[in-house]
Amino acid sequence: MLNQKDILSTIEMIDQQHLDIRTITMGISLLSCCDPDPKRACEKIYEKITRYAEKLVRTGENIEREFGIPIVNKRISVTPMALVAGASDTEDYVPFALALDRAAETCGVNFIGGYSALVQKGMTLADEKLIRSIPEALARTKLVCSSVNVGSTKAGINMDAVALMGRIIKDTAKATEADDGLGCAKLVVFCNAVEDNPFMAGAFHGVGEAEKVINVGVSGPGVVHHALQAVKGQPFDVVAETVKKTAFRVTRMGQLVAQEASRRLDTPFGIVDLSLAPTPAIGDSVARILEEMGLETCGTHGTTAALAMLNDAVKKGGVMASSSVGGLSGAFIPVSEDEGMIAAARAGTLCLDKLEAMTCVCSVGLDMIAVPGDTPAETISAIIADEAAIGMVNCKTTAVRLLPAPGKKVGDTIEMGGLLGSAPVMPVHPQSSADFIARGGRIPAPMHSLKN
Amino acid sequence: MNAIVTVIGWDRVGIIAAVCALLAENNVNILDISQTILQGSFTMVMAVDVGAATASFGDLSAALEELGSEMGLSIRIQRQEIFDAMHQI
Repeated sequence: MLNQKDILSTIEMIDQQHLDIRTITMGISLLSCCDPDPKRACEKIYEKITRYAEKLVRTGENIEREFGIPIVNKRISVTPMALVAGASDTEDYVPFALALDRAAETCGVNFIGGYSALVQKGMTLADEKLIRSIPEALARTKLVCSSVNVGSTKAGINMDAVALMGRIIKDTAKATEADDGLGCAKLVVFCNAVEDNPFMAGAFHGVGEAEKVINVGVSGPGVVHHALQAVKGQPFDVVAETVKKTAFRVTRMGQLVAQEASRRLDTPFGIVDLSLAPTPAIGDSVARILEEMGLETCGTHGTTAALAMLNDAVKKGGVMASSSVGGLSGAFIPVSEDEGMIAAARAGTLCLDKLEAMTCVCSVGLDMIAVPGDTPAETISAIIADEAAIGMVNCKTTAVRLLPAPGKKVGDTIEMGGLLGSAPVMPVHPQSSADFIARGGRIPAPMHSLKN
Repeated sequence: MNAIVTVIGWDRVGIIAAVCALLAENNVNILDISQTILQGSFTMVMAVDVGAATASFGDLSAALEELGSEMGLSIRIQRQEIFDAMHQI
C-alpha cells in the first residue's frame, strides 16, 4: 500500500526538482517512401509521417494530464534520409528536409530527426549529396535535425567524412548567421551512433528498427542532486547506492509512460533511454551533481572520476526498472544546456580539453560547445577526429555538436534561449591541424585484444 | 480506476468539505483519506475511485485545479499507477 510520504516525495520531485519525461519520440521507417520521382517521394514522406504521428502530441498531453508528470518534448525520428532520397533521381536534397519540416509542423512536434547519413566506412553518392545539402537544409527549416555518423568500432573513422564535416559545420554556421549560427545546434557528428536514440539532435530511426516504435527519454538531474544532498560527506559506496535508487524510480516512471504511450498509439514500445538530461534551469544541472560530490567547481581535478561513477550508477539503477533499455543512456554534458556547466565554463575551470576527457566516461560527447567564429574548419574536423577516436577505441557512442558562432570571440556568449540555453565561447588551440586533416582516407578499426 | 488527490497549502476552514463536495458532485468515490499539518502546511492525500465518475479525467483535473486556485491551495489528481511504479517493486 502506498504511504503518504512516498506520494508527497513524488510530488516534490515534480514540483521542485524538475522531474520530467524529457521526450516521447516516435520512430518511423520511411523506407517505403522511396520513389524515383523526388516530388512524389516527398509527398509520400509527408503523408506517412502525418498519418503515423497524427495523435502523438495529443496522446502525450493526455498522459501528462492523467499522470501529472510533465512530458517536455514530443518528437519524431525517421530513417536516415540519405537512404530514402538516394532512390530519387535528383541532385537537390533540400526538398526532403522541407517535407520533414512541414510534416513535423503539422503533427505539432518539437523536433524531427533523421536528416542523416551513415558514412563510417564510406560515402555513397546519396550520402555525399545529403551532407553537402545540410547547411541549406538547416537554414531553411525550423524543426529538422541532422546527424552524420563518421566512425565506428567495427569500421574505423572515415577521415574524408571528418574533413567534410568540419567544412559543413562552418557553412551551417554561416548559413544561419542571423541567428548566431543556431543551425549548428541541430547538427551532430557521431561515432558509433545508436539506432534508437530518442534525444535530439542525434535521433534517427535505424534500419534495424521496426515500422514504427515509441522510445522514451527520461531526465532527472535535479532529483539526483537533491538525493545526494542527504548523504553529504559519506563514502562513494553510499553515493553510488543513492544514485542507483533514484535512477530506478525515475526510470520506472519512464517505463510506465512509455508503455502507456505505446498502448494508446498502437505502436510497439522500443526502449527507455536512461539519461540524466539537464536543462538551463537552476536545480536541473549535471554539473551541480558533480559539485555535490565534493568538487568546488565542475571541471577541476576529480571531475572525470565523479562523472564516471555517476554515469555508471545511473545505468545500474535504471536497467532493472525498464524492460528494455537503449538509446544513449547515461549522463549528458551539454555545456549550453546546463546551468552549472555554463557557470564553470565562464569561470574558466571547464575547458575543451577537460570536456574531452569527460566524454570518455559520459554517455555522449562534446555537446553544445560554443567556439570562436573564426575557428578553422580543419580544427573543427580535428576535434571531431579526437572525439570519434575516443568512441571507436572505447566501444561507446561519442558525438560532437560545436557552435562556431560567426563573429563571436572567446568571452562572448551565444544566447539561444529555451532548452538550448546560452553558451560562453570557449577557446580552442590556435596551432594548426590542417595537414593532419588534409590526409583524408580512413583510420583503421582498432583491435580488441592485447588491451592495455 | 484509482487515482490520488493531493491537497497542499495553508490550513483554513472548509478545505476537506470543499474538495469532498466537488468529488461527490462528479460521482467520485473516496477510498481513503490521510491528512496532516507538515511544517505548518496543510497536506491531504486521498485515494479515490474515478471508475464511475461523470466527468472525464481531464475535466476533473481542471475543476480541482480551479478550486485550488480559488482557495489558495495546490490541488491535483494523478492516476495511482505513477506512484506504484516509482515506489513499489
